[in-house]
Amino acid sequence: MGLINKESVKKRMGSRIAANGLAKFLFILATGFSLLVLGVLIYRILSQGLPYLSFDFITNFASRMPERAGIWAALLGTIWIMAVTAPVSFILGVGTAIYLEEYAKKNAFTKFVQVNISNLAGVPSIVFGLLGLTIFVRLAGLGSSVLAGGLTMSLLILPVIVVASQEAIRTVPREIREASFGMGATKWQTIRRIVFPAALPGILTGTILALSRAVGETAPLLVLGALAYVAFVPENLLSQFTVLPIQLYNWTSRPQEDFHMLAASGIIILLIILLIMNSIAVLIRNKFHKRF
Amino acid sequence: MSRDKSNQKSIRSMIQEKKSSRSQSAVMEKVVPKIFLICAIISIFTTLGIVFTLLTETFTFFSRVSIVEFITNTRWFPFTSDENADYGILALVMGTLTVTAIAMVVAIPVGLAAAIYLSEYASAKTRKVIKPILEVLAGVPTIVYGFFALTFVTPLLDKIIPGGISIFNALSPGIVVGIMIIPMIASLSEDAMNAVPNSMREGAMALGATRFEVAIKVVLPAALSGVIASFVLGISRAIGETMIVTIAGGSRPTADINVTESIQTMTAYIVQVSQGDTGFGTTIYYSIYAVGMTLFLFTLIMNLLAQFISRKFREEY
Repeated sequence: MGLINKESVKKRMGSRIAANGLAKFLFILATGFSLLVLGVLIYRILSQGLPYLSFDFITNFASRMPERAGIWAALLGTIWIMAVTAPVSFILGVGTAIYLEEYAKKNAFTKFVQVNISNLAGVPSIVFGLLGLTIFVRLAGLGSSVLAGGLTMSLLILPVIVVASQEAIRTVPREIREASFGMGATKWQTIRRIVFPAALPGILTGTILALSRAVGETAPLLVLGALAYVAFVPENLLSQFTVLPIQLYNWTSRPQEDFHMLAASGIIILLIILLIMNSIAVLIRNKFHKRF
Repeated sequence: MSRDKSNQKSIRSMIQEKKSSRSQSAVMEKVVPKIFLICAIISIFTTLGIVFTLLTETFTFFSRVSIVEFITNTRWFPFTSDENADYGILALVMGTLTVTAIAMVVAIPVGLAAAIYLSEYASAKTRKVIKPILEVLAGVPTIVYGFFALTFVTPLLDKIIPGGISIFNALSPGIVVGIMIIPMIASLSEDAMNAVPNSMREGAMALGATRFEVAIKVVLPAALSGVIASFVLGISRAIGETMIVTIAGGSRPTADINVTESIQTMTAYIVQVSQGDTGFGTTIYYSIYAVGMTLFLFTLIMNLLAQFISRKFREEY
């Protein structure tokens, strides 16, 4: 038995090492491809949209003439929708999460609620549009109003908020709950004064991320019958409305090149709004997040 | 004497106060869980609402159009007089499946490769940079992807493909839907691979395996249930995707597929009808619920399948 034959080892290893190198290169290429796409996407939108971007673009109403068109009605429509969606989805979502984490017994009903929520998260958004069209627009007689749109959006993002809030509540350790009970606090006092404040940063982060998804959502509101061409600002909860993505869809689906430029400008505004919302979410997570 | 009396009184009132505040908080203790329970029940009502809405309106639709025609007819041509209208869901389903198939051809290899790179090759530092960028890609609204497909990918394909491509086609939205799904598959697959314990990797490496062999022969098989589940969830997302296919896919439902030609997906049809001036109560109005029901069933089956796969075939370490 001689020593290890380095020659034959090298011969056998060579192709395997080469395969490893090639695979690594391909894996990096695939990852790079995703990053490249994001780069191209942002470059294209900036180069097309920046020339039209101005203060007037933000404060003007939509117009048939591209040089006078703006996004004012759409921007305010989005804000109105969010003014309905944010409180409704927050209260329902956090309430559901507290129930599931703090009060629910481990039984078939609780499991059913949990499975139901994870399945709701997988329902296509356009199906929520059909739900809103039937229940809110027709049955409740709200019409294609801000209220109908906001409620539909609340149901759409509800699963996301519930899951995020549950995770946040779960990170609050048992010991501080028990300490609170030991001091004579009741269950509700413990939840209100100990658990909820400790979980709040996580809950807020999840809620803001869910809302930012709602800001970019187009399909359900289109199905609800939100208007594509609006030259007025919503005045109350029963006003008709348009939102930013629908305005962008309207411009994108026109054949003229000028409207595509306008759409690109609008996309810049939309992306800036989303960027701000996401930054706030990350800031809250980093700044107020307590590790127990 | 008088001092004692006042003392007695105040203690009695204190006890009274304590009692009333106790009963108050006792009421709260009972009422609050009920309020939260109602919140939780609303989520169930949402599901019931979806099923109820789709079912009742779909039944109305099937009282006008036979269910046999709906399933077997290959032509979808509703915008004509009622006698001539064709309601064959196959045309829309084929459009949806074509886009989904193209999307998966893009998303599965790229997403999986990115996941393997992030979990097996990349340093912690690289991962910390790349993962947030992928999250940004996942957070871009679909309307933006739709714009990108129509104004960039389609003209690009038109130049690359000999013979050109029509302005609305299946290929461009398919590719862009795939790009949209890459981050989802990458991050879910990476989570699954991260759950594989390091001792298994080290064992394989000690036997002389290269990183590539470790990734393909040890980690991937061990994480397979999670990886497959991520593919299935990706398919479900692609089926339900609306804006990209509405903007770049066109509105010509057809069962014989040519990826360079215009198609229509189920979701795009629903948008087309709600954008038009179709009156409430017409057959076309009810048809969007029948299409929505089909769409809902497709995605529900996919989601249940994903849950089944990740539960049934999960290997615990």
